[in-house]
Amino acid sequence: MKIEWAALGLVSVVSLAVGVVVVVLFALGAIGLSSRRRALDGGQNGRGLGVAMSTAVAGACFAAVAAILVYSLYIIAAA
Amino acid sequence: MTVSLIVIAVVVTALAFDFTNGFHDTANAMATSIATRAMPPRVAVAVAGVLNVVGAFLSIEVAKTISNGLVDDAKITPVVIFAGLVGAILWNLVTWLVGLPSSSSHALFGGLIGATVVAAGADAVNFGAVISKIVLPAVISPLLAGLIALIATYLTYRMTERSDPETISTTFRFGQILSASTVALAHGTSDAQKTMGVITLTLISAGILSPNAGPPFWVILSCGVAIGLGTYVGGWRIIQTLGKRISDIQTRQGFAAETASATVILASAHLGFALSTTQVCTGSIFGAGAGRRLAQVQWGVAGQMAIAWVLTLPAAAAVGAVAAWTAGKGPLGTILVAVVLIAASGGIYAWSKRNPVTADNVNDVPSIDQTAPAAA
Repeated sequence: MKIEWAALGLVSVVSLAVGVVVVVLFALGAIGLSSRRRALDGGQNGRGLGVAMSTAVAGACFAAVAAILVYSLYIIAAA
Repeated sequence: MTVSLIVIAVVVTALAFDFTNGFHDTANAMATSIATRAMPPRVAVAVAGVLNVVGAFLSIEVAKTISNGLVDDAKITPVVIFAGLVGAILWNLVTWLVGLPSSSSHALFGGLIGATVVAAGADAVNFGAVISKIVLPAVISPLLAGLIALIATYLTYRMTERSDPETISTTFRFGQILSASTVALAHGTSDAQKTMGVITLTLISAGILSPNAGPPFWVILSCGVAIGLGTYVGGWRIIQTLGKRISDIQTRQGFAAETASATVILASAHLGFALSTTQVCTGSIFGAGAGRRLAQVQWGVAGQMAIAWVLTLPAAAAVGAVAAWTAGKGPLGTILVAVVLIAASGGIYAWSKRNPVTADNVNDVPSIDQTAPAAA
């Protein structure tokens, strides 16, 4: 009986890495939005990232999530 | 070339199975989004339905696993496939009636294997492929998805615990719309392909397609539409079980669970592993429940589901075997099986009306954190 351990292992490792990375990136983006809102409210007394930096962090994180999603679908559809 | 009546009957039955697969599995994509109110129930099932149709066009790797190699296509006939489908549909309807998220895929494989063993003998089943492509992924995939969801949930809560709660909640609610949509797409890719595989197998066994052929376009289209329609109808009973009875899911957990599910399903579909989307999504929800400190997870429900999972393949195989034996007696036997299938389906539907679960009452379950006894 031939069991495709290599393929099973590959699916496991790739899924684990991509799944965790996507959620962490999205959480970072959410933290960026939260920081932006606090900066706009002015409640941080100069602490925190400031509006522009927070927005940039959030934007970069969400863009990265979108890129991973589009690239994954591209790989699958192109096969 | 004339297409015999039995081939048409099998195609229709296969599409009926695809439809039950859709409404059995709407919950996989949308249960947590409906439970956290990230999406209104009816909008959620409509989005899932459309994305299932789109997903059906993404890949044919899983369809090839089923049509080439699971059973010996030289030894089976359309009647055998018909009997297998009967086993799969009946098991899907019974588990839906009791609200259990059992695997449509395992029901399908079980039905086919049972029918093939009775009609053509055990050596017509490629048990090596069954272990490698079905049983092992079935054991690994829910644990893997659960682990991913657990790690992702834990990290998310640690990272966001000092952020503005309202912003976090709103952001992840939006994120859930995306992640749930991706699961629906992945479901269309993975599960519509299983029916495509069966119809292709039928056409090969009837000599209409050459061995090793892939699914024709009309097969891909009709399977996509059937599973999309089934998804849109919505299996509210199972949505309630997954969204409300396992754990009290918050948006961050829902997002982590759905992302874990989508990743595992898409990666596996890409390599032709016919895994159960239901088991993956259920594993993710348990993982996401366990990843949040203080969240209560109803592990008793996990026990019930595990029993249903283990039973699914043999139970569908038994029904498939009986159906194959009866249908093998001749045209009258085949007609008898069809009549029993229609009568049983109607009966299960009528029974479900006594205690309906719909878009309107799907979230009306007392919160687990209030009802559960303070068991650790």
